[in-house]
Amino acid sequence: MPPTVALTVTRYRPERESAPTMQTYEVPFRKDWVVLDALNYIKDRLDGTLSFRWSCRMGVCGSCGMMVNGSPKLTCAAFLSDSLPGPIRVEPLNYFPVVRDLVVEITDFMRKLKKVKPWIIREDERPLAEGEYRQTPDELDRYKQFSMCINCMLCYSACPIYGLEPSFIGPAAIALAQRYNMDSRDEGGRERLEILSEHDGIWQCTFVGECTKVCPKNVDPAGAIQQLKLTGAIHWLKTLLPWGRG
Amino acid sequence: MSAESHYTPYHPRWYRRRVSVWWWLQNRAYAGFVLRELTSVFVALFAGVSLWQLRALAEGPEAYARFLARLGTPLFVILNTVAFLFILFHSITWFNLAPTAMVVRLRGKRLPDWVVVGMNYSAWLVLSGVVAFILLRG
Repeated sequence: MPPTVALTVTRYRPERESAPTMQTYEVPFRKDWVVLDALNYIKDRLDGTLSFRWSCRMGVCGSCGMMVNGSPKLTCAAFLSDSLPGPIRVEPLNYFPVVRDLVVEITDFMRKLKKVKPWIIREDERPLAEGEYRQTPDELDRYKQFSMCINCMLCYSACPIYGLEPSFIGPAAIALAQRYNMDSRDEGGRERLEILSEHDGIWQCTFVGECTKVCPKNVDPAGAIQQLKLTGAIHWLKTLLPWGRG
Repeated sequence: MSAESHYTPYHPRWYRRRVSVWWWLQNRAYAGFVLRELTSVFVALFAGVSLWQLRALAEGPEAYARFLARLGTPLFVILNTVAFLFILFHSITWFNLAPTAMVVRLRGKRLPDWVVVGMNYSAWLVLSGVVAFILLRG
C-alpha cells in the first residue's frame, strides 16, 4: 500500500488567471479515504485557498460531484483505493461554467428544475376536510425510483447533448417531471408534456444512456426520457385521429 | 498572473470550456453511441437495396437477373457484409435498450428487464424463422 497518493486538481482563480490550470498535491493514502477526504486534507493542511463544495459526505446532499479521472462521481463515494496508483485527476463537473477551482455555476440547472413544474398539479383541489390523497404501495412504486434524485448533476456532466446544446432541459429535470407524471395524485401530465415537447425538451435526447450509468441513486433518467418520448408519440398519434382531437 | 485577465473584484467571471469535436472519442460508451447512430446509414442502405430489388422484380425476369448479377459483384458483397454487421449491431444494441424505454407492468409489478429483452429476441427469432420458412420452402 503506498504511503501517499498524488491528486492533480483543477485550479481556477479568476482574479489571477483567465483559464484553469492543474496543481498536484501529495496526500497521505488511507484505505478508508475517499477523494473528498483527500480534498479536505489539502484544504486543512496544504493549501487553504482550494475551493470546492461539499456538505453531508454520505451521498445524500449531492453537493460534492466532480470529475474523478474523467468520470462524474460523488467525491464522497469515490475511494482513493479505486484509483491507485494515481495521480488522481479531480476536475469540476463537465459542461458547467466554472466559478472557481472545483466550484461550478448551477443557476441554469435550478431554473430548469423549476421549469418542469415539479409539484402535484390537480384539476380540482379536494377540500382539506376530505382528507389526504391515498396511495397504494404499487402506486408509490411507479414513481419512487424517480423521486430518489439528489440533484447532484452528475447526469448533466455525463450527457454530451447537454455539453453541445446547453439549452437542453437535461436528464435530472426530465426525471423529476416523470416523477410527478407517474404520481397517482397528479393530473399535470399533459401540461408537463407540452413543456417537455418544446425544442429544448425530450426530443433533444438521442439516448446516449450515460446519465443512467453515472447516477449514484439509480434514478434512471434515460428511462424517464424514453418513456416520456413514448407518451409524447402516442399522444401525437391520437391527435391525428378524427375523434382524438381536443 | 498567468495571462491577462479583466477581473472586477467580487464579480464572478466564469470559465466555460468548449466541447471538443472529438468528444465521442473520450470514452468507449460515447464511441459506442456514435457507432450505433451511424448504423442508421446502413439501415437506410438496406432499405434502398430492397426497393431496388422490388423495382427489378416489377420490371420482369431479365431486369431481376441483372439485379442479382450486380449484387454478386465483389463490391456489393463487401458492402452488404459490412452493412449486415452494422445492422446486427443496430438490432442488438437497440434490443438491449428496449427495457429502459418500455416499462411493462403485470398486475402492478414491473417486469424484469431480461423478460422484455427476451421477448424482443424471441420475436426476432420467430420472424426470422417465418421468413426463412417462406424462402426455403420452394
